[in-house]
Amino acid sequence: MILGSIQPAVLIAALMVAATPILLAAIGELVVEKAGVLNLGVEGMMILGAVAGFIVAVQTGNATLGFIGAAVAGGLLALLFALLTQVLMANQVASGLALTLFGLGLSALLGQSYVGISPPRTPKLDLGPLSDIPFVGRAFFSHDALVYVAIAIVIGVWWFLKYSRAGLILRAVGENHDAAHGLGYHVKRVRALAIVFGGACAGLGGAYLSLIRVPQWTEGMTAGAGWIALALVVFASWRPFRALAGAYLFGGIVVLQLNLQAAGVKIPVEYLSMSPYLITIIVLVFISSGKARGSLNAPGSLNRPFHASG
Amino acid sequence: MTLKTILGAATALGLALAAPAFAQDPTKVGFIYVGPVGDHGWSYTHDQGRLAVEAEFGDAVETTYIENVAEGPDAERVITQMALGGADIIFATSFGYGPEMNNVAARFPDIKFEHATGYMQEQPNISLYNARFYEGRAVIGHIAGKMTETNKVGYIASFPIPEVIMGINAAYLAAKAVNPDVEFSIIWAYSWYDPAQEAAAAEALIEQGADIIMQHTDSTAPLTVAQDAGVMGFGQASDMSGFAPDSHLTGIVDVWAPYYIDRVKAVMDGTWEPVNVWHGIDEGMVGFAPFNDKIPAELVAEAEGMIAAIADGSFHPFTGPINRQDGTPWLAEGEVADDGTLLGMDFYVEGITSEIPN
Repeated sequence: MILGSIQPAVLIAALMVAATPILLAAIGELVVEKAGVLNLGVEGMMILGAVAGFIVAVQTGNATLGFIGAAVAGGLLALLFALLTQVLMANQVASGLALTLFGLGLSALLGQSYVGISPPRTPKLDLGPLSDIPFVGRAFFSHDALVYVAIAIVIGVWWFLKYSRAGLILRAVGENHDAAHGLGYHVKRVRALAIVFGGACAGLGGAYLSLIRVPQWTEGMTAGAGWIALALVVFASWRPFRALAGAYLFGGIVVLQLNLQAAGVKIPVEYLSMSPYLITIIVLVFISSGKARGSLNAPGSLNRPFHASG
Repeated sequence: MTLKTILGAATALGLALAAPAFAQDPTKVGFIYVGPVGDHGWSYTHDQGRLAVEAEFGDAVETTYIENVAEGPDAERVITQMALGGADIIFATSFGYGPEMNNVAARFPDIKFEHATGYMQEQPNISLYNARFYEGRAVIGHIAGKMTETNKVGYIASFPIPEVIMGINAAYLAAKAVNPDVEFSIIWAYSWYDPAQEAAAAEALIEQGADIIMQHTDSTAPLTVAQDAGVMGFGQASDMSGFAPDSHLTGIVDVWAPYYIDRVKAVMDGTWEPVNVWHGIDEGMVGFAPFNDKIPAELVAEAEGMIAAIADGSFHPFTGPINRQDGTPWLAEGEVADDGTLLGMDFYVEGITSEIPN
């Protein structure tokens, strides 16, 4: 068997953990893009969330407060993006890239005196007898709360977009902002709210890295996770459950290739290592070609600025 | 915006022209780092060297650095910018800057260039410097071989380049010498710095039964994971004991300061000549973090004896008989590896079970 001495239950458990940061960031960005806004600043919001969550957790000694702080920080940075793109009508792509650079720099500055400190521990969620079930318990019911929070957010977003009136309005704004405006909806307000939600989710994803995954603060620790999250949204063709599957696939590849290497299985690791990035590139090529947009289910007004006079 | 650009360009030009005219001005020293200075690993130690240069010469020098410079074409732009900014000497501190540095050096013959861990020296104003990290790897390999209880050592490697392969071989040979049953599990992370990936790699290794984690990547994440799992590990580049007080056995510490001070002094005195140096424990470029109390006293003594023997030249980590992985002889009894073979090392020694990726 190719898996050698790897235990599947451990592998599943590890991939759920590895996927959580990109899943959180991706589900937030999915909502933003559904509202017709392309925010390329995910990496910046993640890293700011990572450092802010770390600082709050260390200062208060409470990891939960840290996660709340991370969401607030990510949301605030996103608010800046909303101000730039929705009020000042700045270019979304350029603003998003600037947001990433700004977030990386600001987080390095804020985190200077927090290098080399251990954050308060986030306890694993006690699921009682569920965790004791053989295989299933180890694989699915032995995680920290954030893993389940991320899944809950995915389900919530799915329900919100599909069944709620507010979700319908958000989709309308993303598909055709002129029509939505004509119906009397506040395009900019809806978009600003979506952007802030996206920032909060990205912040949570970043804090998951600094408080649980690594757990430590180091500069640039997101190491491109935000870009993978961006690609994931397109990969998922803007559908929440596909984003969940995609995140587990990406996380799974990472974990699987590391485990295969550790188990001494002779596989061409370099290809597996680069595969998430290769998929990302292919997907980004798709997103940028106009033709593929429709077939990919992209929101009609994605990355198009809205001005009421138009 | 346009005015700013013009002003910026004019200033840069002015500085470039003015540099030779005002020789008594502070000597400008530039540093290019591949990671963030806060990585507590490779780039951090180079920055410690930069700070030592400032402390040594005070107002006589002016240092600048640019961090997170990707290896490859973009480095040429960054190094050029630094050269235009009036630098007198530029230290580029990662393997992958070679071709770019040589290109820039050809265009700025009056500026001195120093390339860490490089191999391309095509211009008369380029020096190469490197540390014999394999000497340190041999010492920690010895400790690992003695300390492991599961006889499984996990090794997180970055890229399959000679520097890294040499380190794996040195550590393995030393571990094998004291523990014939030792096995190395090697994971290639394909990154110098990715804390989440490194943490996942450490977890995978521990899951496979490794109770000692070695790393040739720059973040402190593997040590944190080791600390949590109750296994042991070695730091990389700087003293990382603060991140994992129970698990950090010791670590190789990069000591660049003396070399940097020496080279900057040479520029000031006008005696700078291109060199190609490979310094080790003897010259003080390779140092060690404090030994953890968990290491038994006799093992500390053995390690210190080994350090002393390497320093005075009586012991070389690559001393025959050593076979290549495929069983063909590499070094005969008593033969010592030459530097050329080491610097181009692309094979494992006998006993390592995995394969080097292409």
